[in-house]
Amino acid sequence: MIELHIVLVLMIIGAVVATEINDLLSSVIALGAVGFGLTLEFLLLRAPDLAITQLVVEILSVIILIRATIGTKICCDPIKTRAAYFVFAALFTGAFLAFSYRALAQLPAFGSPIMKMGAQYIQEAAAKTGAANIVSSVILDFRAYDTLGEATILFTSVIGVLAVLRLAGRNK
Amino acid sequence: MKEAGMSLIVKRITKITVSLIFLYGVYIVLHGHITPGGGFAGGVIIALSFIHLVLAFGKEAALKRLNETAVSAIESLGGLLFWGIALLGLLGGVFFLNILPKGRIFHLFSSGTIVLCNIAIFLKVGAGLFAIFIALAAMRMPAEKKEGKK
Repeated sequence: MIELHIVLVLMIIGAVVATEINDLLSSVIALGAVGFGLTLEFLLLRAPDLAITQLVVEILSVIILIRATIGTKICCDPIKTRAAYFVFAALFTGAFLAFSYRALAQLPAFGSPIMKMGAQYIQEAAAKTGAANIVSSVILDFRAYDTLGEATILFTSVIGVLAVLRLAGRNK
Repeated sequence: MKEAGMSLIVKRITKITVSLIFLYGVYIVLHGHITPGGGFAGGVIIALSFIHLVLAFGKEAALKRLNETAVSAIESLGGLLFWGIALLGLLGGVFFLNILPKGRIFHLFSSGTIVLCNIAIFLKVGAGLFAIFIALAAMRMPAEKKEGKK
């Protein structure tokens, strides 16, 4: 499991770089590195379905973000930091860690599921649906209602983007 | 007058690769019930192949192949198809019931409605994400021209 932690540390470094750097394009590229790190994590945990989806969505979002940021003069003014900000940030982080240490100790160990539903799916999916890919059989057969909700979310977001960005009816 | 899109090398390579990317997306969709992948991933790959065209040849060349009306129609068709499959289950008594014959496992024609669901989601996701990209790219074009005039 050591490789999981190495990739995780790299992802955290990428996320910090993405928020701290001044150049917008560098920030987008650092964000892409975090996403590809997540793809590696899914592969290491043997979830190829999620890895493929994460990879292609990451490529798409990086392309869209680069297309949106390249050539723009948008630049963020560096935020003036004060000593009081660091004190408050340290206080809240310390309180969060103190409470989450007790809470996370109660969780089951990594990789040991507490729900019995998963075992049921693994046993019966092939016989009941005839699909060799159990992930597919869960999201499109046993839990297809959830997928319908996700499809509705995507449809609504596309309508929203097209309504906000439309060219027809825009005042020149 | 500058030609739309990128340089000759990019256009030449795009002509070769774009059909392969498209084909890979179709493979991912149709084998979603056998191998990793499925409608969502395949739809994004197909949207990426059209985005590839937009980036290399410019917006006009890509929209000639698949215009905005067609994209909206395909996305709505995907959504309606998914609803139709859901309502098809009502024939067996339950919403989303898998009533088609299951076939033999590991074969292409197996698993009943899952293949059809994959195709419906692929149409929806592919057309939807491409529509979002067209909207963002089309938004940028007039703004760039105005900046150039100034």
